[in-house]
Order: sequence, then C-alpha cells, then structure tokens
Amino acid sequence: MSFFGFGQSADIDVVLNDAETRKKAEHKSEDGRKDKYFLFYDGETVSGKVNVTLKYPGKRLEHNGVKIEFIGQIELYYDRGNHHEFVSLVKDLARPGELTQSQTFDFEFTHVEKPYESYTGQNVKLRYFLRATVSRRLNDISKELDIVVHTLSSYPELNSSIKMEVGIEDCLHIEFEYNKSKYHLKDVIVGKIYFLLVRIKIKHMEIDIIKRETTGTGPNVYHENDTIAKYEIMDGAPVRGESIPIRLFLAGYEMTPTMRDINKKFSVRYYLNLVLIDEEERRYFKQQEITLWRKGDIVRKSMSHQAIIASQRFEGSSNPEKTPTQSNEEDDNCSCK
Amino acid sequence: ISEDRGEMADTIADTRRLFSKPQNLNDAYGPPSNFLEIDVSNPDTIGVGRTRYTTYEVRLKTNLPIFKLKESSVRRRYSDFEWLRAELERESKVVVPPLPGKALFRQLPFRGDDGIFDDSFIEERRQSLEQFLNKVAGHPLAQNERCLHMFLQDESLDKNYTPSKIRQA
Repeated sequence: MSFFGFGQSADIDVVLNDAETRKKAEHKSEDGRKDKYFLFYDGETVSGKVNVTLKYPGKRLEHNGVKIEFIGQIELYYDRGNHHEFVSLVKDLARPGELTQSQTFDFEFTHVEKPYESYTGQNVKLRYFLRATVSRRLNDISKELDIVVHTLSSYPELNSSIKMEVGIEDCLHIEFEYNKSKYHLKDVIVGKIYFLLVRIKIKHMEIDIIKRETTGTGPNVYHENDTIAKYEIMDGAPVRGESIPIRLFLAGYEMTPTMRDINKKFSVRYYLNLVLIDEEERRYFKQQEITLWRKGDIVRKSMSHQAIIASQRFEGSSNPEKTPTQSNEEDDNCSCK
Repeated sequence: ISEDRGEMADTIADTRRLFSKPQNLNDAYGPPSNFLEIDVSNPDTIGVGRTRYTTYEVRLKTNLPIFKLKESSVRRRYSDFEWLRAELERESKVVVPPLPGKALFRQLPFRGDDGIFDDSFIEERRQSLEQFLNKVAGHPLAQNERCLHMFLQDESLDKNYTPSKIRQA
C-alpha cells in the first residue's frame, strides 16, 4: 500500500543536547560553499535526541527498527562506492515494531574516539556524522547530521629552525632560514634570506605556500598540488651580503593541520617554496616542508609577559632583567650594537 | 617559575627578525657581480650579387668570471645564430628561445623591396637577435656550454669543434 503514497511516512531529525552551547566551526564543502557545523574534539561525548515525526497523525508506521549511528569515514572521490569507515558506532533506539505517534528517542555515544580531523579536499573527504534510520521493508527513512572534528596538538617539544645554504654553483648562493619547522595555524613564519653570491639578475623573490594532497598507494599514488599563497618578500636586485627578512602571518590563509598517512588512505602536507625570478622570467626555487598543527585556545594568564615581548619588539632589544624566562640566545640576536 | 612559558609566549606572536650579519660596505656599494651586457649592432652587408649576406657585431661586456674575456666583439651572421641555437638545444637541457624567422619569402625574386637586405627588416632582425642572446647568455646552464663562449668571444666559429662543458677550477 505504501507505494501508492497512501501509507504512513515520517520525518526524522537529530538534535544535539548541547546545541545551544556547543561552538560551531566553518568547513568548506565539496562544491566550495562554507557552512557551519557543530565542533567536536577527540574523546568528547556525542549525545542528543532523535525525533521521529509521523506525517499523517493517527496512522501507524510499521518499521524494522530505529537506530542511530556515529560514523567517521574516508571517501576517495575516484572510488565513491567504497567508504572506508574508521569509526562506526551504533545504538538501537527501537526494536522492530510500529509507531502509533511521533516519538523522541534519547541517545548517547560516550567518549567517542575521533582520531582524525575533518577534511574536505580535492580528491578525498574525511567526515564524521550521525545517521538516524527508521528501517522499513522497502525504503528506509534516514537523516544525517554532519559534525566537524578538529584535532588539537600541544606545543612541540622539539621545534628546530630550518637553515640551509643552497644555490647554483658560481651563479647564486643563498642561505635561507625559517625560525621553526612546526607552525600552528595562527603562527607567523619569521625568517630571512641571506645572499652569499649573486651572479644572475634577480627581479624579485617570493614565498609560496603549497598544499600537497596525496591519495592512493603504491603505483597509484596521486599528488594534487595547490598554491595557497604567494607572498612577495623582495622587489629588485639584491647584492652579496644583503639579508631579506620574512614575516608571513599564517592566520590569513585557509589551511589545515599537516595530516600524515591518515588511515593509510591520504596525506595533506605543506611546503614553503622560496622562488627567485630573474629578469628573463627564469625561476629558481627551493621547497621545504613545514609541519602545521592546530593549537587549542589558551586562556591569557599574564599580561606582563605579553607586554615584555611587545616592548622588546618596539625597542629592538631584549631586556635581560625583565625576562628571566627568555633564553640567552635571543638576547644576543637582538643586540643593536 | 612558569613551566608553561612556551604557551604563554605564543599569545602574542613573536615576529622579531632573525639575526643578520651587517652587510659589508664594499658589498653594499661596490659594483654588482651580475654585470652582463650584450649588444647586437652595426649590421653590415658584404659580398656581391647572390652571395651577399649581412653580419652583425656582437659586443659583450661583463664581470662574470665564467667569461674568459671581460670585453669582446665579434661579427656573426644569421646562420651562426642558427648554429648556436641548434648546439644549445642538443647539448644542454635549456629550453632555448626561438630565433626571429628565416624570412625565406624575402629571398624570392620580384619583390618590391630589398628583400633580406631591406633596412627595416635588418633592424627588426637585429633587435630580435639581441633579445635572443641576452636571454640565452644569462642562463646559468647555457653559460656552461663551450658553444656559447665560442659564439660570443672567439673570432670565428669552428663548426667542427668538440662540444663540451666549461669547467672552472
């Protein structure tokens, strides 16, 4: 009787218990639109209610069970049929039977593991969602609620600078230095380029941030490169002994944390590409990987420490008496003598 | 004593410049090490009748150590440029820019003008040849080729030469 539209149907929706208080995060969808989704972190409990609302009050709805699932899956665009689920939890809300009136079911997935960050890329998507389903003989009624997961890291213990001398023999030698190798998403890349030998006619120099998304394994590896940013750091011809400073604020760019071999399915890595362009448009470049990580929000503990850094920057020198926690190396570096 | 100083230091980003050695005044104000100027000029048509051809003066001024002579002047004709281009394409990994056209149509009879000895044509060709040489001579990989140095600085081209790379001590 149901295929003639005379049968009962229902609307189903999922509402989180903390919908009022939980933060939302923006996430770009596959078609480029930006939407807001509830933000979760690893280990957080996901709880809420499933509302099943009958379309025609009075008529009963026969069903084969009502359930809710929490799913984390990776979808490769070239292989859409196969979803790789790395998290799959299910709660049965109702055994097969019938509903005579609209009903609400509570659910709770306690301390759910969410090992990876949500990611929507050029060839792969990793998403988390709740899916509530009323199973029926011929067609299920289901509703999905996408959420976004961010993975937080703590401050890296070891964060060495990147310093290298590169060049073309007898034509161009430079020494480049970036202050760290691991940057958080709102960090600043501070560095410099020092020219040791310049026998070519340089027109300008820029730093590009390149995102490389790698999908597939073995012989079927596919790299998709995307230049996220181009930032000119020098206009004109440098000479030997000149130092060009770099100060690149990452917060202005849409980037994700570095993701390495996620569930053995894909990687997202970031590279700094230093590019020098000469007067004949020839490009000389050096690429260097950096690790990006996501920092949790910090509560401001002390205004005085921030004021110290601000004043040092202004004066161009460090103040040993006021900063017992600053390392001695920084004192020497800032000396204006 | 704050153990979490790393976290606190991050609330205002530390954007201080890294330490740089001050530049030596001679490096700052001395002549740049990348001086290389090439001119193609003074076209001269020599010979008579059907065996006429045009040569151009190729003048070079540089302070790059890879060039044996810091100043040189040689005369070259269009087919010499073609030879250079072919050598570079074969011997080096450089993507060699194109030369101005051969203008075979200008060599056909019954033209209203002077054909390939027409002043405006020679001037156009001269400019293109100059651009071509500047593009090529500044290329670090092309600078390693013996044929380039022979073209720019040797009195005459020895087309039976042995192609080789320039090695500096």
